[in-house]
Amino acid sequence: MEYSTLSAVDIRERVVRGELKAEDLCRAVLDRIRALNPQLKIFLAVDEAGSLAAAREVDRKRAAGEVLGPLAGVPITLKDNLCTKNFSTTCASKILDGWKPPYNATVVERLKAAGAVLMGKANMDEFAMGSSCENSAFHPTFNPWNPAYVVGGSSGGSAAAVAAGITPLALGSDTGGSIRQPAALCGVMGFKPTYGRVSRYGLMAFASSLDQIGPFAYSAEDAALLMSVISGHDERDSTSAEIDVPDYRAQLSGGLKGLKVGLPKEYYGEGLDPEVRAALETAKQVWRAAGAEFVEVSLPHTEYCLAAYYLVATAEASSNLARYDGVQYGLRGEGGHLLAMYGATRAQGFGPEVKRRIMLGTYALSAGYYDAYYKKALQVRTLIQRDFNAALKQCDLILTPTSPTPAFKLGERMDDPLTMYLSDIYTISVNLAGLPGLSVPCGFTSQGLPMGLQIIGPAFAEAKLLQAAHAYQAQTGWHKRRPVL
Amino acid sequence: MPEITRETVQKIARLANLNLTGVEQDTYAGQLEKILEYVHKLNQLDTTGVPQTSHALPLQDVWREDVVTPSLDRDEVLAEAPDPSGGCFRVPRIIE
Repeated sequence: MEYSTLSAVDIRERVVRGELKAEDLCRAVLDRIRALNPQLKIFLAVDEAGSLAAAREVDRKRAAGEVLGPLAGVPITLKDNLCTKNFSTTCASKILDGWKPPYNATVVERLKAAGAVLMGKANMDEFAMGSSCENSAFHPTFNPWNPAYVVGGSSGGSAAAVAAGITPLALGSDTGGSIRQPAALCGVMGFKPTYGRVSRYGLMAFASSLDQIGPFAYSAEDAALLMSVISGHDERDSTSAEIDVPDYRAQLSGGLKGLKVGLPKEYYGEGLDPEVRAALETAKQVWRAAGAEFVEVSLPHTEYCLAAYYLVATAEASSNLARYDGVQYGLRGEGGHLLAMYGATRAQGFGPEVKRRIMLGTYALSAGYYDAYYKKALQVRTLIQRDFNAALKQCDLILTPTSPTPAFKLGERMDDPLTMYLSDIYTISVNLAGLPGLSVPCGFTSQGLPMGLQIIGPAFAEAKLLQAAHAYQAQTGWHKRRPVL
Repeated sequence: MPEITRETVQKIARLANLNLTGVEQDTYAGQLEKILEYVHKLNQLDTTGVPQTSHALPLQDVWREDVVTPSLDRDEVLAEAPDPSGGCFRVPRIIE
C-alpha cells in the first residue's frame, strides 16, 4: 500500500469512513520500516506486536460503532527518551540498553487514548545531547535527502521518520533546538511548544528547566492535530501549565494579513550560510505578499546565549544524570564497593559527549566556581528573557533562520564540540526564554538539501505560530516535496 | 580564569562519580578549557542586581490533598533491577 504522502488528518478521516483499515496501514508502515531502516537507521526498536494490536483495536472500535479518537489509526514515531511501558527505552545510551520502563510517559498515554498507533522508538543523540544524531551509542541516522549528510539532532530519528514518509507524525524533545534543528535539516515541520505546555512526565530529563516535548509533521495542520492531543496540565508534572488547550486545528485560518513580524538583526549577521540567507529573503517576500509587515527588532544579548545555555543545561544535566548509578535499573559495572561500582557503571555506560557535559556541569556547580559560572549564567538568562519580552512588545511574531547551515556531512563536526554547539545558535535562546518556536521548511540548497525558517512567539501563543506556518505553507510547496527513496 | 589541569579533571570526575582513563582526562582537560574560555565571555556583562532565572515560568508552590494512590508495582520495578534481592536493590559493600 502506498501511504507515505497521506497526512495524519487524511488517514484518520479514511479510517473513520471505513476506506482504510488501521491494520492494513500498520502493516504497510512495518513494511516500509523494513525496507528503509537498514539504510537510514532511523529506529532503535520497532514495536510490531504493539502497533498491530493498537491498529486492530481501532478497527474493532470502528466495526462496533464506538467513538474513534482524534488520532485513530494514525501511525506515529517516538523519540527513544519517552518512556513506553514494557518496551525498550534507551535514550540511545548503553547505560539503558535493554531497559523496559515500568510506566508510560504522559504523552504516550495520551497518544494511546487518542487511538494513535505507536510504531517504535527513534534514534537520537545519547540523552538528547548533540546536534547530529552521531552521539547515539548505537549508530548514526542518515539523512533521507542524502545519506552522506546528518539528520541533525538530538531528535534526528523522529525528524527522519517523518521526512522518509514512514509515519506522518513523530514526537521529539527540544532542550536547545533538538526538535527545530533536525526538522530544518530534514525538510519537515518541528514545533517546540512553550515550556509547560506539554507534560514532561516520563520524558527522561536532560535539563529540566529547558526540556519540552513537541511534534514533527509535514504540515501545520497535522502538527496542530497532534498538539491538541499532547498539550495540557498533568498533575504528575508540576511544571505543566494549567492553561486551557485550544483546538489548534480549528484555529488555523488566521493568515498572515496584518501580522507584525520582527526580524532580530543579530540573527541575520555573520555565520549565516548564504543559501539559508537567500531562502529567508525569498520567504520574507512570501510573507510580505500575504500581508505581513516587517519590523527590525533587537535581541542584544544574542551573542551570550550559547555560553549561558551550555552552563545552565550542563549544570542541570550533571544533576539529572546522577540517577544513572547502576542501582535500580540499567547497566551495572563491576566494583568491589559502592563508589567503585558507581564510577565503573558510569564510565562504561556513558558516551564521550555525555561525560563531557557531566564534567562541565559538575565543574560549573562546584565550590568556588558556582557564582562565576552557574549564577552568572542564570542572571544572563534573565537578560535574554527581557530581550524577548521587549522585542515581542514591538511585534506579534519573530522570524529567523532555524539553523545557520543546512545539513553537514557525517563526521564533519565530531572533533570540535564548540563548532557542533554552534549548530543551535538560533534555537537555544528560545528555550532559555521558555517561548514556543516552530521550524517550517523554506527551500532547498543547490545540493538538494532542505532548509528551515523559525517562527518564535509569546508564551502560550502556539495557535498563532501554527496559523502563520499554515498560511505560509498555503503559499509554498516546500512541505510537499519528498525525498526519493 | 582557572587553568584546567589533569588534577582538576580528576577532582571533577570524582565529584561526578565518573571513572576516567588517563587519555580521557587529558582530552577533557583540553576541551573543558576551550569551552570555559568561550563561556567566559559572560563576564563582559555587568549583571549587578540582575535576578537569576532558574525557570522560564513564574511558578508557585501549590497544595493538593494528601490522597493515597497506587505506586509502581514492586515486582515490575525489581524485574528491571541489575541485582534484586528479597524485594530490595542489592548493592556492593558500602562501608569497608
